[in-house]
Amino acid sequence: MTTPFVRVSDLSRSFDVSKPWLNRVIEGGEKQYLKAVDGVSFDIPRGETFALVGESGSGKSTVARMVVGLLPPSGGGVTIDGISMSDTKAQVERQLLRRRIQMVFQDPYASLNPRWRVQQIVAEPIRAFKLVEGEADIRARVGELLTLVGLHPDDGVKYPHEFSGGQRQRVAIARALASEAEFLVCDEPTSALDVSVQAQILNLMRDLQDKFGLTYLFISHNLAVVRHMATRIGVMYLGRIVEISGGREMFQNPKHPYTRMLLDAVPDLAMSGRDREPVAGEIPNPINPPSGCTFNPRCPFANERCRVERPPLAGGVACHAVHEGRLAVKDAA
Amino acid sequence: MSDPVLSVRDLRVEFHTRRGVLKAIDGVSFDIGKGEVLGVVGESGAGKSVTGSAVIGLIDPPGRIAGGEILLSGQRVDNLPPEEMRKVRGKRIGMIFQDPLTSLNPLYKISEQLIETITTHTDLSPTQARRRAVDLLAEVGIPAPEKRIDSYPHEFSGGMRQRVVIALALCAEPELIIADEPTTALDVSVQAQIITLLKRLGREHGTAIMLVTHDMGVIAETADRVAVMYAGRIAEIGPVHDVVQNPLHPYAEGLMGAIPTLAGEDARLVQIPGSMPRLNRIPPGCAFNPRCGYRFGRCTVDRPDPLPWRGHRVACHLYDAASGPHFLGEGKTLAAAKKPEEAA
Ligand SMILES: Nc1ncnc2c1ncn2[C@@H]1O[C@H](COP(=O)(O)OP(=O)(O)OP(=O)(O)O)[C@@H](O)[C@H]1O
Ligand SMILES: Nc1ncnc2c1ncn2[C@@H]1O[C@H](COP(=O)(O)OP(=O)(O)OP(=O)(O)O)[C@@H](O)[C@H]1O
Ligand code: SF4
Ligand SMILES: [Mg+2]
Ligand SMILES: [Mg+2]
Repeated sequence: MTTPFVRVSDLSRSFDVSKPWLNRVIEGGEKQYLKAVDGVSFDIPRGETFALVGESGSGKSTVARMVVGLLPPSGGGVTIDGISMSDTKAQVERQLLRRRIQMVFQDPYASLNPRWRVQQIVAEPIRAFKLVEGEADIRARVGELLTLVGLHPDDGVKYPHEFSGGQRQRVAIARALASEAEFLVCDEPTSALDVSVQAQILNLMRDLQDKFGLTYLFISHNLAVVRHMATRIGVMYLGRIVEISGGREMFQNPKHPYTRMLLDAVPDLAMSGRDREPVAGEIPNPINPPSGCTFNPRCPFANERCRVERPPLAGGVACHAVHEGRLAVKDAA
Repeated sequence: MSDPVLSVRDLRVEFHTRRGVLKAIDGVSFDIGKGEVLGVVGESGAGKSVTGSAVIGLIDPPGRIAGGEILLSGQRVDNLPPEEMRKVRGKRIGMIFQDPLTSLNPLYKISEQLIETITTHTDLSPTQARRRAVDLLAEVGIPAPEKRIDSYPHEFSGGMRQRVVIALALCAEPELIIADEPTTALDVSVQAQIITLLKRLGREHGTAIMLVTHDMGVIAETADRVAVMYAGRIAEIGPVHDVVQNPLHPYAEGLMGAIPTLAGEDARLVQIPGSMPRLNRIPPGCAFNPRCGYRFGRCTVDRPDPLPWRGHRVACHLYDAASGPHFLGEGKTLAAAKKPEEAA
């Protein structure tokens, strides 16, 4: 068997969140670490979309940043097309790989250079990788890309601050497309967009995938959007994947209690005015996560074992209640 | 009847750029009453954030308010000197922006920013302010707030940062909150908490809320009324249930149709053809006419004004008796106006 296009294996990342050294000496206190990502593994075959969903702070963006090589992992690794993103020996190959990967960030403000005109921003990967030669042709290509994302070629002379939030995100997407990357890591790419532009961008992303066989790692907290885009879905909770399954499967037969809770919490257009089922429990402190299954304080099915023993990810789900058959799982149709 | 908390009347905002004068807001009027949540939706670039910025007096050059009035509990605030407006902002109007990084200073700890805001707008001592800051963080759902309050903004995830911004906006218990995409970066479960929080503010403190968001689910659950904006104007405004379920304006109809649903198969999403015109290229007549499936003669000539129609206001000639055979009177819905080739 050949390795899949993207392989993420046992990826982990901790952050040092201790007080400064001097304060620790004076006030006492240990060094403290926050495990933002803890043993995450998944594969993405070429041409498919893998989606990560999960609570705010569960580590989705941290995974994304490690996958594109912006953040070194503290454990585990990522290979893309067989090339390791962290192995120092692969320096040269990784350099070549970089142009084949692009990231669209959650936050379009942080990712666009405020001093550059939009046409410079979009043209940057075209120039850097010499994808098109000659100023006139570059300008034409930039105009084409801006049109593709629903802006106008004349918008190229503007600066990022002259755009609305959603328009800026379109600029970021145009730049990602400019590099002709094969693998796009999209962190909440459409959450700043209105639904009609979102529909255009998501349709566009799917068209590009069909046409050029693009591979996506897609992060979104909007489950309906994920439903629409993903081939496979991983649900994250406190740095770990608690459920992983095919897109359709996840919505028809959610297994993990957290996944079920997420699906129940989706706002419903028809229920104007009614209060949503409040989500039970507090989000635990990631510096000092609960023992056993980290979801246990919020889980209606937790028992003694859940409070002590961490459930392994088996059969696509990390939950004792499911593994023991205490919590029924509908058969895949 | 008492004054609404916020009254915006015929607001106009222009940006003077080298490429000419851009009319970002062109005659927008609405009220928000005590304890009421007005949802504002619409095309990206339609002017939702600029409207919010105008209300809080934060339109910076090259932008300026070119006309209209903004009243806060009956008092004009659009012409206050900057120093006085600064006091209104923060004390009487709380702000939650689309991007938490614009409201948080990356160089200061969360604790410093909250305490500073609290001591500026209340009589609390720094120690009391710190206690209140911890309570506020707990209220917006930051786990272990007394431990994490001394973190820097970059040490928080996107969603956590946004919750800090919400805590900042609540510091002075303002009478009006302008929330621009407050839950965009949040997952559904935190979203539900924030929505509950916003609704409770309205119920318990009578806070009026202008809630700008693309998330129609959030609007459906939180807002009492909703305004749909397009190209710097309000296309339709009415009770939230009606607008979401039975939109009257063709743009509102397209917008509601584009919402992805959990039930939806993975087919293509419905999209409105084309894109919103640039502000210096607004077509004559109705700004939506080049994209509208219901367009008729008048639409390319006269600009429709928002007229009252069955408890809504809607800016579309289909709802104007002067449109003759095209007039959708007598309980006829949009479907009745479909062009024959599209209805088939
Ligand atoms: N540089 C950093 N220093 C300290 N902690 C960090 C740092 N970056 C992230 N974290 C922590 O790691 C955890 C995961 O953060 P991450 O941004 O990956 O979450 P997320 O799943 O993307 O959340 P969101 O949906 O809110 O964007 C959070 O608890 C966050 O506070
Ligand atoms: N400083 C500026 N200079 C020029 N034009 C501006 C400036 N700020 C905003 N605009 C224009 O004003 C219009 C309205 O922008 P606004 O930010 O209100 O949109 P929005 O409805 O909030 O969109 P989004 O949903 O994408 O946030 C946009 O077309 C934008 O390009
Ligand atoms: S006024 Fe005409 S063009 Fe504008 S939305 Fe109504 S039918 Fe369509
Ligand atoms: Mg994130
Ligand atoms: Mg905006």
